[in-house]
Amino acid sequence: MSSEVEELRHDEDGGPDPEANKGHGRGGMGEEVKRKEDKRFVTGRGNYVDDIKRPGMLHVEIVRSPHAHARVNDIDSSAAMEVDGVVAVLTAEDLAAYDLAKMPTLMDDVQDVLVSDTVRFQSQEVAAVIAEDRYAAKDGAEKVRVDYDRLEPVVDCESAMAEDAPVIREDVEGQADNHIFNWQTGDEEATDRAFEEADVTVSEDMFYQRIHPAPIETCGAVADFDPGKDKLTVYMTSQAPHAHRTVFSLVSGIPEHKIRIVSPDVGGGFGNKVPVYPGYVIAAAASYVLETPVKWVEERSENLQTTHFARDYEMTGEIAATSDGEITGIRTDVLANHGAFNAAAQPTDFPAGFFKIFTGSYDIPAAHANLDAYYTNCAPGGIAYRCSFRVTEAIYLIERMVDVLADELDMDPAEVRRKNFIPKDSFPYESATGWEYDSGDYERALDQALEGVDYEGLLEEQQERRENDDDKLLGIGLSTFTEIVGAGPGQQCDIMGLEMFDSCEIRVHPTGKATVRIGVQTQGQGHETTFAQIVAEELGMNVDDIVVEHGDTDTEPYGLGTYASRSTPVAGAATAISARKVREKAKGIAADQLEVDEADVVWDRDSGAFQVRGAPDQSVSITEVAGAAYMDHPMEDEPGLEAVNYYDPPNMTYPFGAYVCVVEIDRETGEIDIRRFYALDDCGNRINPMVIEGQVHGGVAQGIGTALMEEVTYDEDGNIHGGDFMSYLVPTAEEIPEMETDYTVTPSPHHPIGAKGVGESPTVGSPPAIVNAVVDAMSHAGVRHIDMPMTPDRVWAKLDEVGLTKDPADRLGAGASGTADD
Amino acid sequence: MSANPTSEITLTVNGTEETLEIEDRRLLVHAIREDLDLTGTHIGCDTGNCGACTVVKDGEAIKSCLMFASQADGSEILTVEGMEELPEAGEELHPIQAGFKEKHGLQCGFCTPGMIMASKALLDANANPSEPEIRTAISGNLCRCTGYQNIVSAVEYAADELGQTAAADGGFLDDLEAAVEDHDTARTDGGEPS
Repeated sequence: MSSEVEELRHDEDGGPDPEANKGHGRGGMGEEVKRKEDKRFVTGRGNYVDDIKRPGMLHVEIVRSPHAHARVNDIDSSAAMEVDGVVAVLTAEDLAAYDLAKMPTLMDDVQDVLVSDTVRFQSQEVAAVIAEDRYAAKDGAEKVRVDYDRLEPVVDCESAMAEDAPVIREDVEGQADNHIFNWQTGDEEATDRAFEEADVTVSEDMFYQRIHPAPIETCGAVADFDPGKDKLTVYMTSQAPHAHRTVFSLVSGIPEHKIRIVSPDVGGGFGNKVPVYPGYVIAAAASYVLETPVKWVEERSENLQTTHFARDYEMTGEIAATSDGEITGIRTDVLANHGAFNAAAQPTDFPAGFFKIFTGSYDIPAAHANLDAYYTNCAPGGIAYRCSFRVTEAIYLIERMVDVLADELDMDPAEVRRKNFIPKDSFPYESATGWEYDSGDYERALDQALEGVDYEGLLEEQQERRENDDDKLLGIGLSTFTEIVGAGPGQQCDIMGLEMFDSCEIRVHPTGKATVRIGVQTQGQGHETTFAQIVAEELGMNVDDIVVEHGDTDTEPYGLGTYASRSTPVAGAATAISARKVREKAKGIAADQLEVDEADVVWDRDSGAFQVRGAPDQSVSITEVAGAAYMDHPMEDEPGLEAVNYYDPPNMTYPFGAYVCVVEIDRETGEIDIRRFYALDDCGNRINPMVIEGQVHGGVAQGIGTALMEEVTYDEDGNIHGGDFMSYLVPTAEEIPEMETDYTVTPSPHHPIGAKGVGESPTVGSPPAIVNAVVDAMSHAGVRHIDMPMTPDRVWAKLDEVGLTKDPADRLGAGASGTADD
Repeated sequence: MSANPTSEITLTVNGTEETLEIEDRRLLVHAIREDLDLTGTHIGCDTGNCGACTVVKDGEAIKSCLMFASQADGSEILTVEGMEELPEAGEELHPIQAGFKEKHGLQCGFCTPGMIMASKALLDANANPSEPEIRTAISGNLCRCTGYQNIVSAVEYAADELGQTAAADGGFLDDLEAAVEDHDTARTDGGEPS
């Protein structure tokens, strides 16, 4: 980091302090500014990929395999070509002519764009019909005849590791089985020693099921090759347009300056729109070859069945502890089902993402993880679904295991947590697996949360209800999680070699208004508002005078994109630094205007003006300075008022939270009712409390979906279940309860504005709180774990197993089970 | 272009009569989005589960991906683009649209038009819905961003705003008069008061 940026990172006035000062009335940090982007969305003027229409535009329909594992003998497209409106049918052979039959995954694997010889998961892309409208394309796809020889499918890790298992990736050189990689972290020897010397050890198997981000807008693209300019423009549902431009260039051979990627309005991402999918490549290739615009938009079933899944980790967790609950060691063994291609989305050097954060919020001296990843005939993926690269699985493991230990020791889970928290005075804290946590105050968060829900009162109520053999079981679940977000640093984290920095360019115009361009883009996070707030805060401008642009590689500075909660930690930092660079230049102009030495000018955060030191009534505003920059600039300086910053963060940020979930379980049906969900988040300094609360609501709702409803499974023939919205159950307004939010503020010491990022904390933190609550409700009968999704039938079976069910007939009397008396 | 059967249909969309010559199999949502270029109505699932394509047809919220355009021949359709033109809309936004903005009832915005149209049908039928009634009315519309809480608040906000406008217009007295009249009619008919 340059010394200039290093200096700007720590502002001379200490930076924003939203706690002490809830903004300055100009829409800066800490203010509940209503979102700038909303008007176009509430009036139907949003511009999503499928809304884009171009003259002569053709449509793509992909022919997909009904089999999970099969040899393709022949593809006959002659009947399809007879269909009115069909222009072309593409197969792997056609793409091979342009060297586009295969594409790289983010983890150094190669995936077929269209199957060349072997289908490796159900619904894999086999051929593409290009037609004049979407109906004709579908008609054409119906007529494509594919001759398959079915092969034996393998759909889980156990079967994949069997000695006689068919080798799924015989195309990979040297691949004699289905094992992809082994990954380990921590000190195995020290950890084993901790277990040998422990007073108590506990172990639990848990499965973090395969789920899907399922944004309401599916993936799609409109590729528009302009033969006059030899330029390919691709409008696509992209969370990382710059990185996608580079990948498109490397894969297609089209020079990078002749490619423009535009990520228009994007209808939710959650990690689903980070990878490159075959459909994008097909649309781009077809547009390039046919020299006409081509649109590809997925249907929901295609989205759920083929674009990347998340989780699918089978984990065994073990904890070693003293008899009074001090954790001395943790180890875990994981089987990871990566599907047919190793296409997980994470930084290159982290094949298991940031799973090594699995010591969580606790000071655990010894830790070791062992993970084996396998190919199977399932859809590829392993993306960071609203989380920072596998942190969700890691935090689920530790937050569940702490409860298992508490149960073993017959201790209060809150007490076990408190006993093991990393103390607030030991930050920066280096964990046993090598992370440096920037800041935290976990005990304060837990105390505030317990008070917020009247924890003692709940425990008493639970006791009473158990004694009264109540019809409903009450459970209280805690989760005191730590997130790790904001990748880079660039030397540690890269995507396909691209260092994970981010960027911002600010142009202040002569009339004092500003255009801000950022390297990240938004899929609903509200960047057009929150990034304007950062600039308003740092330049003393009114938020209404700032417009934020994003998502167009022709105009925005290079950045790595929005996922893993990296926008605020990285691009937010770049924005603050960029604003401070502008402010530095503005200071010189202000001195000229005020006719004093620059050393005698101070910037006053509260009024947002430049003042003469000691004489605050002599001041100029940023608007006046902007005017002077273009109309009366100091002769020794360049005119204009702009700055750009590419920010490589010195570390990641570690937001955290304390969640409490209170459930009631119906003993007759196994149905879970979330009576309360209380979420306290500490994301450092807060930019817009309204946006933060909205993000927490959404993340908790997704966590509830994960915990109670959502799952993708495969039968032994490789048929997917959960491949459409009729079987993949996304929660509705009737399943999601009213949520309570709260916060503490522990600023990040290294972030220019002390912010940490929050969007993913609730998806990470909520599932263990919910499972802990459900297990707690049944713990008096000996239940220690239940896997997600905790559907009523699964919960009822568990209740039945431990004798906690109730028969409705007992409640309703004899008449209920007999014949009706009406 | 094709040999598929076509028909001429007439739809009144946002108050404007539109005549279309389209294939009988064409979905209403495609007619709205692609033939009439009203892209505020979205497509999120193809199976009627997500509600992104919700429009108000003859006063009722329907999923336009579950109906052929030809089945809607002769009907009146309101889409999100028509909301600002309604009499109860202020100078800028309709109170429901304003509610979504004021209460942060949207994030990515993709489900929002469908949510607004489901809310419109609800508030037309029930001017003062309870929270559970709102949740039920939007339960056919999936949102992946907001957790629904602020959407519920947005609809409550709109109900309040619309109620105040109605009261200011003397709407309350009109309603009362109508209710008394209904009551009297019911008594004359010998039935139960409605």
